[in-house]
Amino acid sequence: MSAVIEENHHDDHHHGPAKGIMRWVYTTNHKDIGTLYLWLSFAMFLLGGAFALVIRAELFQPGLQIVEPEFFNQLITLHGLIMVFGAVMPAFVGLANWLVPMMIGAPDMALPRMNNYSFWILPFAFAMLSSTLFMEGGAPNFGWTFYAPLSTDFGPPSTTYFIFAVHLMGISSIMGSINIIVTILNLRAPGMTLMQMPLFVWTWLITAYLLIAVMPVLAGVVTMMLMDIHFGTAFFNAGGGGDPVLFQHIFWFFGHPEVYIMILPAFGVVSAIIPTFARKRLFGYSSMVYATASIAFLSFIVWAHHMFTVNMPLAGMLYFMYATMLIAIPTGVKVFNWVATMWQGSMTFETPMLFAIAFVVLFTIGGLSGLMLAIAPADFQYHDTYFVVAHFHYVLVPGSVFSIMAAVYYWLPKWTGNMYDETLGKTHFWLSFVGINILFFPQHFVGLAGMPRRIPDYALQFADYNMVSTVGAFLFGFSQIFFLFIVIKTIRGGKKATSRVWEGAHGLEWTIPSPAPYHTFTTPPKDLTEAHG
Amino acid sequence: MSEATNEAYETYYVPSDSKLPIMASIGIFLTVFGIGNVLNDMTAGAEHSIGGWILMVGGLLMGTTMFIWFSTVIKENHAKMYSQQMNRSFVWGMGWFIFSEVMFFAAFFGALFYVRVFGIDWIAGLGNRGPADVVYFENFVPAWPLLNTPNPELFPGADKPMGWFGLPLVNTILLVSSSVTLTIAHHGIKEGNRKKLITWLGITVALAVAFLVCQVLEYQEAYSHLGLTLNAGIYGTTFFLLTGFHGAHVTLGTFMLAVMLGRAIKGHFSDDDCFGFEAAAWYWHFVDVVWIILFFVVYVFGS
Amino acid sequence: MDRAKQSKWLVALSLLMSTSLVSADWSALNMRQGVTEISRQVYDLHMMVLWVCVVIGIIVFSIMIYSMLVHRKSLGAVPATFHHSTTVEIIWTVLPIVILIAMAIPATTTLSAMYDAGEADIDIEVRGLQWKWQYTYLNDDPAKEVKFISSLLTPKDEIYNRAPKREHYLLDVDNELVIPINKKIRFLITSSDVIHSWWMPDFAVKKDAIPGFIHESWAIVETPGTYRGKCAELCGKDHGFMPIVVRAVEQAEYDDWLVAKQQAAADVFAIVGKEWSHEELMVEGEKVYTQACAVCHQSNGQGLPPAFPTLVGGAITIGPMEGHIDIVVNGKAGTAMQAFGAQLNAAQLAAVITYERNAWGNDKGDSVQPKEIHAMLGGQ
Ligand code: HEA
Ligand code: HEA
Ligand code: HEC
Ligand code: CUA
Ligand SMILES: [Cu+2]
Repeated sequence: MSAVIEENHHDDHHHGPAKGIMRWVYTTNHKDIGTLYLWLSFAMFLLGGAFALVIRAELFQPGLQIVEPEFFNQLITLHGLIMVFGAVMPAFVGLANWLVPMMIGAPDMALPRMNNYSFWILPFAFAMLSSTLFMEGGAPNFGWTFYAPLSTDFGPPSTTYFIFAVHLMGISSIMGSINIIVTILNLRAPGMTLMQMPLFVWTWLITAYLLIAVMPVLAGVVTMMLMDIHFGTAFFNAGGGGDPVLFQHIFWFFGHPEVYIMILPAFGVVSAIIPTFARKRLFGYSSMVYATASIAFLSFIVWAHHMFTVNMPLAGMLYFMYATMLIAIPTGVKVFNWVATMWQGSMTFETPMLFAIAFVVLFTIGGLSGLMLAIAPADFQYHDTYFVVAHFHYVLVPGSVFSIMAAVYYWLPKWTGNMYDETLGKTHFWLSFVGINILFFPQHFVGLAGMPRRIPDYALQFADYNMVSTVGAFLFGFSQIFFLFIVIKTIRGGKKATSRVWEGAHGLEWTIPSPAPYHTFTTPPKDLTEAHG
Repeated sequence: MSEATNEAYETYYVPSDSKLPIMASIGIFLTVFGIGNVLNDMTAGAEHSIGGWILMVGGLLMGTTMFIWFSTVIKENHAKMYSQQMNRSFVWGMGWFIFSEVMFFAAFFGALFYVRVFGIDWIAGLGNRGPADVVYFENFVPAWPLLNTPNPELFPGADKPMGWFGLPLVNTILLVSSSVTLTIAHHGIKEGNRKKLITWLGITVALAVAFLVCQVLEYQEAYSHLGLTLNAGIYGTTFFLLTGFHGAHVTLGTFMLAVMLGRAIKGHFSDDDCFGFEAAAWYWHFVDVVWIILFFVVYVFGS
Repeated sequence: MDRAKQSKWLVALSLLMSTSLVSADWSALNMRQGVTEISRQVYDLHMMVLWVCVVIGIIVFSIMIYSMLVHRKSLGAVPATFHHSTTVEIIWTVLPIVILIAMAIPATTTLSAMYDAGEADIDIEVRGLQWKWQYTYLNDDPAKEVKFISSLLTPKDEIYNRAPKREHYLLDVDNELVIPINKKIRFLITSSDVIHSWWMPDFAVKKDAIPGFIHESWAIVETPGTYRGKCAELCGKDHGFMPIVVRAVEQAEYDDWLVAKQQAAADVFAIVGKEWSHEELMVEGEKVYTQACAVCHQSNGQGLPPAFPTLVGGAITIGPMEGHIDIVVNGKAGTAMQAFGAQLNAAQLAAVITYERNAWGNDKGDSVQPKEIHAMLGGQ
């Protein structure tokens, strides 16, 4: 976002950014690449959001008004996929690119050219995915979970392109994660121990590990689909000795860690912001690290809680129920630590802080409904209803997405050198906060009352809440256009930011000027007292 | 960092702009788009497909780019632009890449484990998923290897399983010895003995090619004499996918080793600068380990 | 933003939330208690966990809000310097463990009870098909087996807002599943195409119907009544239009119903035996077509290519009779085209095939007699 050209006198890399559009295409600079990721993510957020708005518009009233059922299914599929793989994941990778090198005092990412490659695969992947909408037979229509055999024997021809789009996203994520891990393990400023790293770096270290562990499994499962579709294999066909449930096991072995991939970096962001505005050190730094690691570990062994209704044997049900419930403990530690950080602080409530606090509250609500879902016998009633939809939107939208917005407000002055307009920021926050709750809170009720998910039309008793929910969706959706406006306005000008930007901010990124020079820490910092707050 | 802070600081090389990644992105995109096109046309029964051309263009672009990319890295290395720290980045990077490959194979081994231990019993109403008194496919008897599939019309099971004694055993011997010869070649580098390096690396590549040839023969045998095909139900499915992906990795590994052989002949590598070789070697050992597991799971205890 | 402005926002927010709460009927807010022992246990479990979560939420949020109100810089708060405390950290790790154990115990009990299918009085096979349910009352004597299809009754006009929506919109079926009360009914749930899920909220039964496998679930219904549920797994285009209706009745009424069904099945033999005129076949054929085929091939026969092929001038449709009969009777494995030989009787099959060959401008002019189909199906 910043277009600052800096004279750098180091002999071997004296390059400022090249001019024009090619700067972005050829760049190997972590800040440029971070910016690219963030813009891609925002574009995808609007696209996925636009799909969501069509979904909500169709659900405004009972009856079919706007779209046919067939197309509705395509919309939910693309909405889910684009939000998860296109909006949330790239946004966090973008933040990692911008911040990790600055936070650990590294000159750049460890493998800068591969970094560019990781990014540029993505626009092609999403172009291919979106183009399925225009293919004969339409886009994938089997939900973002693409259960076989609906996605294999019964899928539209565009499924093949969907599979390859997933492959590309996987390759991008794996390379991106390798880069992040290597940067963190190898490029820390001399003297910085692991336990001195800011929590955002810690959470990304663990997230990257999760990504490398599960993206190949996703690649495996879509490859099996590809073989079943085109080469007559029998992975997911009982007629040949396979099992459709096998698909679900492999998918969720990826899918559950995936949801923590979307929340762990958010934890890192919030753990940076709350101490700043409470003007008090983060409570329980090391327990935060251990909690993150425990969540990551547990995430590998709970996947089948998405599959309680597939008739698993009793022992399996009990195991997955207990294991899932355990996640509440480390997550609770995190929530309590944030509250304890705020306790007896000296708080101010600038926009990033507002988003961070809303994150803690609304994520906890989503987490608690997750705990309810973990209770297997009760999940028979919740499963595949809007209660689940409410759960995961609470952890994903006011969870992951709010944390991303908090991060953007928090670090935007560092990136651009300009302060955003606080009044506008707060207005955006309140519109979003109100909108999101009107949007998703009623979905708990319709879900409990029995409205299944993934339906374009519903029984009359659910009408009122769906109407409310749709109103909230449009309020929330259009507030994000406002967000776009605020960000652009800040990039173009505004009050100049100091290097520290926030009174209570700690971390190496605040020791360098705002906007951050094109190359930072070409020689590692000597003074690490600032490393974490 | 593990080393002391007072160590002299080496500059970390940050390359300037590069055209390579975007070319590689376009290349990989065209490649997969082309494959998708070919597959869809194949399944729809179309007579010709433009996918093949797209695939070719993509593949060429990808191949060229990779060639230039790796050449650039090698040149930069020779120009002494890389510090020790940079080399460590490559080491870590390769390590994590291999870990991702491990997880890819884990998905397929997991699938095999699932069907053998649970899946086929459950289809027959055994085990404890669902009732035992009613089943979907009557007269289905679970056994491994699964020659009589539940629905033989759609999935005509194999006539005979692939035993472990003939070609597979030969292949095991080939691959294990190739790991040994590769290690000897590595010693060659360490001792500064170029002749030893080239000889033993050459032998390794030859063994690798021999392995691939045997694998092709084995597939021919499976298709023509054993009725063991991709379409033969879950046994054929897991057999071909596991051995097939392994074979694909062997092919890639062989290619890497061949490139290393070329570089060795050109005089690259010294005892303190041979990461390219080592990366290829690690990859090769990884492929070897996968085979050993495969050999026991798929062949010895799978037939 | 100053305090006054902030609190105005808060008031507005709470107003919005509360109006949405009172505007609707409270019974539509929560899980149903249902009509079986198990469903009530599940309800209690749900309420227990819900309240625990609410209490935890209130405690955590109250502390946060207190701290936000009091420990703010504008009030001159000075930040404390503590940043960890082993004691509280142990407390807030152990306490949740205790709470979780307290939740896990009743959950385990309920789950074990649900998995205890035991001896059932009546076995019903529930088969999911795109997009309807087929119910078979299993009987040792195959002649007494009762089998029928249950599909959505709501007319298209209501769905497309051309007619007012009546009560039970989207929750009405042509043939309900009828069961006696106070008997242990075992549902044997399976599917012929994709995964569906048979969900009856009032029984707390939700079980996936997976092709190739038979899953069991059971219920003992205590109160007579009509209960409604839906398919709960995305199963394609009309997943939202796949309702389930179960009518629980006294034993006597159930017996009468069963006998009547068995009689009706026997009557079909008579219908199949007679000679049908071309017109009769066409009239019956259109009925069957609308009810069984139009979801995919559309009422104008054009289908929705490429997912569902057109029948107008289709190679098979106006090709040789044998091919046409074969695809309708046996379906095509691995596609959405089902084996209708297992769903329709010979008369319906003959009628619909005749109809397709002569409707929408197809003008084969030929027809097939139910008798012939019956013979092909291996009937006597
Ligand atoms: C960011 C994403 C995210 C996160 C963080 C979570 C977190 C959790 N999720 Fe969620 N989940 C999803 C995203 C996420 N989920 C998605 C996308 C789906 C649907 C996928 C699909 O089908 O499409 C889903 C579905 C889903 C299901 C399947 C439901 C169904 O389909 O039937 C279940 C069941 O167990 C579940 C459980 C949980 C649990 C126990 C947590 C826990 O991690 C929550 C832990 C947090 C807390 C508990 C709150 C804070 C803790 C305290 C304040 C301590 C004190 C508390 C106690 C002692 C109770 N989730
Ligand atoms: C991170 C992930 C994420 C995010 C951010 C969201 C955001 C939103 N989701 Fe999403 N959702 C999922 C992940 C996510 N969702 C997943 C995984 C599923 C499951 C899919 C499946 O079943 O397979 C799902 C399913 C899902 C459903 C259920 C569909 C069904 O089961 O039938 C609904 C229904 O209300 C919904 C609504 C919304 C809304 C209103 C938003 C809002 O937050 C969106 C906000 C809106 C905007 C940001 C729009 C801004 C744009 C404009 C104002 C228009 C301008 C347009 C252009 C310039 C092009 N989502
Ligand atoms: C759930 C969807 C569905 C329903 C219901 C359905 N069909 Fe089909 N039908 C299909 C599909 C899909 C095909 C294409 C199969 C293939 O790939 O060859 C098909 C193919 C056919 C064909 C062959 C068309 C051609 O020329 O290739 C005929 C005839 C046919 N159906 C008749 C019927 C009749 C009669 C009924 C009702 C009794 C019916 N179908 C109900 C999905 C359906
Ligand atoms: Cu059947 Cu959904
Ligand atoms: Cu999960």
